[in-house]
Amino acid sequence: MIGKEEVGHLGWLARLELSEAEKELFERQLSSILDYFAVLDELDLDLDSETTSVEPTYHGKKDVVRADEPRAALSQAEALRNAPKTENGYFKSPRIL
Amino acid sequence: MKSEDRSGEVKIGLECHAQLLTRSKLFCPCSTDYQNSEPNTHVCPTCLGLPGALPVVNEQAIKYGVKVALALGCEVQPVTTFYRKNYFYPDLPRGFQITQYDFPIALNGLVKIENKKVRIRRVHLEEDPGRLVYKGTIETAKYSLVDYNRSGIPLVEIVTEPDLRSPKEARVFLGKLRSVLGYLGVFDSDLEGALRVDANVSVAGGERAEVKNISSYKGVERALSFEITRQRNLLRRGLGVVQETRHYDEARGITVSMRTKEFEHDYRYFPEPDLVPIRISGLVAGLRAEIPELPDEKKKRFVSQYSVTQEHANSLTFDKSVADFYEEVVSKMPKTEAVAGSSAAVAGSSAAWVATWVADVLKGELNYRGISMREASKLISAGDFVTVLKLLKEGVVTERGATEILREMLDRGGKPKEIVKKKGLASLGSAETEKAVFEVLGEEQNAGAVADYKLGKKEALNFLVGQVLKKTRGRAEPKKINELLKLELQKK
Ligand SMILES: [Zn+2]
Repeated sequence: MIGKEEVGHLGWLARLELSEAEKELFERQLSSILDYFAVLDELDLDLDSETTSVEPTYHGKKDVVRADEPRAALSQAEALRNAPKTENGYFKSPRIL
Repeated sequence: MKSEDRSGEVKIGLECHAQLLTRSKLFCPCSTDYQNSEPNTHVCPTCLGLPGALPVVNEQAIKYGVKVALALGCEVQPVTTFYRKNYFYPDLPRGFQITQYDFPIALNGLVKIENKKVRIRRVHLEEDPGRLVYKGTIETAKYSLVDYNRSGIPLVEIVTEPDLRSPKEARVFLGKLRSVLGYLGVFDSDLEGALRVDANVSVAGGERAEVKNISSYKGVERALSFEITRQRNLLRRGLGVVQETRHYDEARGITVSMRTKEFEHDYRYFPEPDLVPIRISGLVAGLRAEIPELPDEKKKRFVSQYSVTQEHANSLTFDKSVADFYEEVVSKMPKTEAVAGSSAAVAGSSAAWVATWVADVLKGELNYRGISMREASKLISAGDFVTVLKLLKEGVVTERGATEILREMLDRGGKPKEIVKKKGLASLGSAETEKAVFEVLGEEQNAGAVADYKLGKKEALNFLVGQVLKKTRGRAEPKKINELLKLELQKK
């Protein structure tokens, strides 16, 4: 379960202003997700044991690395193309203290 | 009241972030050579956080991280993984920073500084955020401008236990760290902002504060001194010190509360699902073999091999390029004493003499100009330096003349022998020195000093030596001047 206050805090962390109606909606939705994970928590797993622990699956791969070779970047114009506001080659954003 | 009294005791722990000298970024192939570039020209979908772009780890960054860990005496872990640290700030395009949490590269290291040991808690990798630019100051700007060229540059973060007890110790530790990272060739200390520090500071009786944004090596001592004084004043007035995050304002030399409402759990760290675990234990043996002689070992060797003083050994080995330059100069110096069948001690004393010229004279000139040995070696080769020392040994120039040659080479370039000619730096012969001595003694303005000397005021001699040096523009040997003056004054 998750409370309304916690939803409000999560909204603040995401820098989202939530209305009371939205807070109630997200409270219900997030609670149902957490309930679902609570079911998984019931599994009795010894995480330190080789035989019963479940290794995170990721993509079933390990040790994927790339060589340290620089490749061409985007041009400045391409990089800024989706930005709503730009100035002198920079992205423009609200000032946050 | 002695060692039991812990009141007022200071505890400092550091989180040091150093940019690693890879050619490409940590999770994408953008070039790391972004200094002095136009903004947003070293970026791609990955380091701009565009949807669908996937990170892939740079193998060299992992190797550099392991190397740093080994050099700091850490236990390299068998497997390392990456995490997402979630927070919103314009310098972080994805809304999270890819860093490490559980399963860092290494744990439990130890670094010796002066007479103490500083425990290293962990060493891990993370990506540098972008850079924010403000028009005017951060307080008055109406908006911020963002350059993501720095976004994704690999950082190695080195976290110490709170073992440091004073701002000075913190500075010494950082100096040591900078030196070791430079030796490993994984870090460029000449780069602006390549080493940044956050510090956890507490004074016994109060909570700890985290001071962020100490962006210069030199700023550490000042930032910590301010913070400790602030905390002590609060405690003295009976006001508590609250646990908080503070921002170091370098221009004003003060720390300011960030009034942040975010705590560790608010970062909601979780494993980065787009990156897979990396097994690193297999890298250890090979990388250990690549670690060069580190400053402490080199220092010991310089003392025993070259008979240099402890102080000179410290100064020569702090920066590997200075140590290498010194050894190259020593190896190129003519071995006349050794050839003449003299002992190793004589050869050693010659190397100790060279140490004075590198550690005191040359480094002094570099510090004065604010340039590094690496830059200076483009202007003065070890061979040139040997030539200057030979000119001095052969009496072609005086010590002051030799220093003049070095200055000219640093400021305007040129070769030592040409400079001697061009600037007329050749030492004067005995006849010319004698002439200058006679002139000085005969001058009306010096009559007082001569009389003083005759009355037993020995300091008057120094004044007269100075006058001769001035007249000869430093081209006469001070020892010779001294002898001649004494001789002539006795006759008076
Ligand atoms: Zn990129």
